[in-house]
Amino acid sequence: MKFSDFVSGKAIRADLRSSDKTSVIGELVESLLSAGEIRAGDKDDIVKAILKREELGSTGIGRGIAVPHTKHPSVNKLIGTVGVSTNGVEFESLDGEKVQLFFLLVSPPDRPGDHLRALENISRQLRDETFCRFLKQSKTSDDILQLLNEADTSQFGS
Amino acid sequence: MPATIHRTVIVSNEQGLHMRPADLLVRAAARFQCQIEIEKDGHSVDCRSIMGILTLGAGQGVSLKLSATGADAEEALNCIAELFADGFNESDSEVA
Repeated sequence: MKFSDFVSGKAIRADLRSSDKTSVIGELVESLLSAGEIRAGDKDDIVKAILKREELGSTGIGRGIAVPHTKHPSVNKLIGTVGVSTNGVEFESLDGEKVQLFFLLVSPPDRPGDHLRALENISRQLRDETFCRFLKQSKTSDDILQLLNEADTSQFGS
Repeated sequence: MPATIHRTVIVSNEQGLHMRPADLLVRAAARFQCQIEIEKDGHSVDCRSIMGILTLGAGQGVSLKLSATGADAEEALNCIAELFADGFNESDSEVA
């Protein structure tokens, strides 16, 4: 699976303003709403479901990266967005570090395979230190989109 | 050099090795001294790395090879294999 298969280009944010976990998740879900990927009436429930998932254990997987996610019946295909926070957000990450790079995923309840392949793609690509650093340094959503496209065409290490 | 022992396990839970099972594996591995690796199709990762485990993208029914090297290798593989056998204690309908 490629980033372009699930990342909504219009939802990408290079300038996340939130400084805490709850509000950054709200900001990222809001970006999916602005991009027309989810309906206004579903937004609050999606935010709530993602926060509930975080209670089971933080999706901050270390190295300044978090992948908040949930299943939700309102989507019929896996959708995601990418956000960068310059200052970082306290996210109760596994390594205790603040999170600068977010990949937020919402998937249909009956498609566990797609969710796994998105996690596989994100974790494989982010193993490349250069790719990871460039994403965190991105100043515009176009920069992020460009980096994701380059990763999709294997211009970074496997 | 301590001997390396191996075991094959099957991903039995419906959701596969998503983030929460990967987290459980990392936490289990941290309780042992030995080096533990998980391999799928020749791609081997450290059982102490959540990102590494996620790169396997292992769905339900996939067969994985566990390897452990160190004094408590046997005990560690018993513990890890049990997590797989129990399907990481997930019910099929569980969200996330």
